[in-house]
Amino acid sequence: MVTELHFLIHGGDFTKTGSASSKVKKTLKSLNIEPKQIKRIVVAIYEAEINVTAHASEGVMNVTISEHEIKVTITDKGPGIENIEKAMEAGYSTASKEVREMGFGAGMGLPNIKKNTDELEISSVPGQGTTVRFKCYFDKI
Amino acid sequence: MKVADLVQKYGLSVFTKNVVLDKKIEGGYVSDLLSDVMGNARENEVWITLQTHRNVAAIASLKDLAAVILVKELVPDQDTLEHCESEEIPLLGTSLSTFEMAGKLWSDLNR
Repeated sequence: MVTELHFLIHGGDFTKTGSASSKVKKTLKSLNIEPKQIKRIVVAIYEAEINVTAHASEGVMNVTISEHEIKVTITDKGPGIENIEKAMEAGYSTASKEVREMGFGAGMGLPNIKKNTDELEISSVPGQGTTVRFKCYFDKI
Repeated sequence: MKVADLVQKYGLSVFTKNVVLDKKIEGGYVSDLLSDVMGNARENEVWITLQTHRNVAAIASLKDLAAVILVKELVPDQDTLEHCESEEIPLLGTSLSTFEMAGKLWSDLNR
């Protein structure tokens, strides 16, 4: 059985962040996915939501949950990432002052996603947007 | 130690009105950087912070934290409070500083 979820993320709107992760968390619980798996998946999805909200004008998140894995694709319209390798460094951030004042923008988003997923692929066109794809396998921790 | 015990011992304000305070506290986490909490806080820890916006509630809920304590007499934004109510996260307050509150909690959990 395959479950698919779709979310629209509005850039700059921090009043809704967490709603995609929350919906995915509830769905995974209802599918009896192991709590350890849910914990790490939720971190990755939340960080991906925050990245779109903090940097892009809008984004779309597609989640596919099948028997053995969860696949997530987030595509946004935004500034893109000039240097993906640098963006993966813990502590490196291009977040605005307003975003940092809220406690975001510490440069941990992409590292947190990498740490909590089994496969991660990031592609970007500076000036256009970014696509982040990741997978978590349910039989792996 | 349960959340209710902590409230009573330190006279904490309880902002949420309909959330039970019976969760057992298994630790504490201090950070005002949200990705740090997302990456490192653990279930049933009490989060001590000065951030008052709605994402505090979202994170506390996603990480299944025992409670959130706002320090220095800070009050939560209205939507933070509402979200804590709906996610059943106790939202507490103290006049103490982060250092003092964390010190006291650490001491209570490590006796």
